[in-house]
Amino acid sequence: MRSLPVLLLLIGTLMLAGCPKKPTTVPEGSGSTAEESGASEGQGEGQVGAGRDLPGASGSPTGGPAGISNVIYFDFDRSDIRPEYATVITAHARHLAASGGVKIRVEGHTDERGSREYNIALAERRAQAVRRALMLQGAGDTQLTTVSYGEERPTAPGSDESAYEKNRRVELVYGR
Amino acid sequence: MKLRRTLLVLVALAWPVSQAGAQLTVQILKGMAESVPIAIVPLAWDAAGGVPYDVAATVQADLERSGRFRPLPRSQLVEMPHAASEVDAADWRMLKVDYVLVGKLEPMPDGRYELRYELVSVANGERLLGTAMPVDAKALKRASHRVSDAVYEKILGVRGAFATRIAYVAVQGPVTKRSYRLVVSDADGANEYTVFGSPDPIMSPAWSPDGRSLAYVSFHTGLAAIYVQTLSTGNQVQVSAKSGINGAPSFSPDGKQLALALSRRDGNVDVYVLTLADQNLKRLTDDPSIDTEPAWAIDGRSIYFTSDRAGAPQVYNVGLESGVRPRRVTFEGSYNASPRVSPDGRLIAVVTLDRGGYRIASVDAQRGGLQVLSSGQLDESPSIAPNGADIIYTSRVGGRDSLAIVSSDGRIHQQIATSAGELREPAWSPFQN
Repeated sequence: MRSLPVLLLLIGTLMLAGCPKKPTTVPEGSGSTAEESGASEGQGEGQVGAGRDLPGASGSPTGGPAGISNVIYFDFDRSDIRPEYATVITAHARHLAASGGVKIRVEGHTDERGSREYNIALAERRAQAVRRALMLQGAGDTQLTTVSYGEERPTAPGSDESAYEKNRRVELVYGR
Repeated sequence: MKLRRTLLVLVALAWPVSQAGAQLTVQILKGMAESVPIAIVPLAWDAAGGVPYDVAATVQADLERSGRFRPLPRSQLVEMPHAASEVDAADWRMLKVDYVLVGKLEPMPDGRYELRYELVSVANGERLLGTAMPVDAKALKRASHRVSDAVYEKILGVRGAFATRIAYVAVQGPVTKRSYRLVVSDADGANEYTVFGSPDPIMSPAWSPDGRSLAYVSFHTGLAAIYVQTLSTGNQVQVSAKSGINGAPSFSPDGKQLALALSRRDGNVDVYVLTLADQNLKRLTDDPSIDTEPAWAIDGRSIYFTSDRAGAPQVYNVGLESGVRPRRVTFEGSYNASPRVSPDGRLIAVVTLDRGGYRIASVDAQRGGLQVLSSGQLDESPSIAPNGADIIYTSRVGGRDSLAIVSSDGRIHQQIATSAGELREPAWSPFQN
């Protein structure tokens, strides 16, 4: 067991860590990464350099047909693709059919609730549903790799429905 | 005492998350009202120099942590007997103590120590235990856990599980930059070390029946694969890397086979059995629904698993002979998953959806009756101690995954505080000799 002075020091450190930090100003275009700012998607609409692949990064996926989302969201414990995503699927399928050399990773995810291994299976089923829908509309089998991350890679933190609905998703990741 | 516990929790939170050698602290939240009062007298040490290890303190901590005992604080010990013959039962009766543990530690000529202990019943002065064992200098802590095991068994009739270990996954860092470690520690959280680390997810650790290896899922190649790692050598062998998911490994009782969940190319998640020696793979379930999370029955002749074939996840059991229809095991509630079989085969621990919260429950393997044991909102990953008395699981506390323990009857609750990141997917080791 730690001695009292060490205890107090640690508690003091904790309290200091809790104090509001001075905001740090980052000059625009200085290349602050999402990691540094702790931000996720939709931030920093300034200049964007050439993208590089991060292994299994859970940021916002890009690539594919212009102006079309790379994320398809699902209802709780469901793997059927909601009708509103028909145009998204069609656009990606056509894009893939038109460029046979392009490969994508179809990554399935769930929210954090319930069993981790069941969620791996559920996310796999979501990824397979998207894969089949893409193939039905012209994408080639060899262009698609599926991977299921279950609840291991949430995109939104928190334990409420607004986070859960963002995390129940399939991401289409180009260039894999 | 309450204040000290609060402080411990604060220390745990304040400790920098980068601290690698961080330790776990196990705290009892709710014990049994009828816990057994016992006095644990510090062992005699007559040799030169200081006592090399405080055996009694470890035994006291073990028994108290179990929630089944109420050890007398050392400051209230009125006398210090060191042998059963020196115990005056009348004196201890006045302190409302039911049992007294006494003993002696002595150096042996070969550098080892002799640990002698005796357990006395205060009611009639009877000596219930009397044991002497030689112990390596490095093994005094382990030997102390064995003393705890023996006392626990003598008084409660169930073998203690203090000298066992737990494996779990420790996760640190923000969502965008996680690090995962597969960790093994003693059952009391001490002596933790990293078995395998990766920036990609590690999941589902499972012990081999001899306690020498762990099977687990790792994504470190970019895709899920199952590995078996020998703890003594660190030797890691990839045993399944099929297309699609490779998940939920579970060793057969004889250690020769691994049940696992695969989706293969068609994406249909089913349970398979892999024979480790020759890599022979046998499909056990074949259903368009999700079949996953296999757990072997204790006789090795059937397997429990999770399936949503009836629309929502429920637990089923299927024999290893082909052509047998799976039997549904859980009927109460709309969500039952992650089956784990108790050592006597009578109970199945599951995750159940209970009034809006995911909780740990035990299910009668024959009759299906379900008893909710935990009270969190996001409890998961149950693993049963080898003596069947306790279930360790993951619980979300303050927005972080941490470990907790509940007794199989739901009466005793323990929280395991961590000094580092999040802890999840605990797996309790088998008994180890």
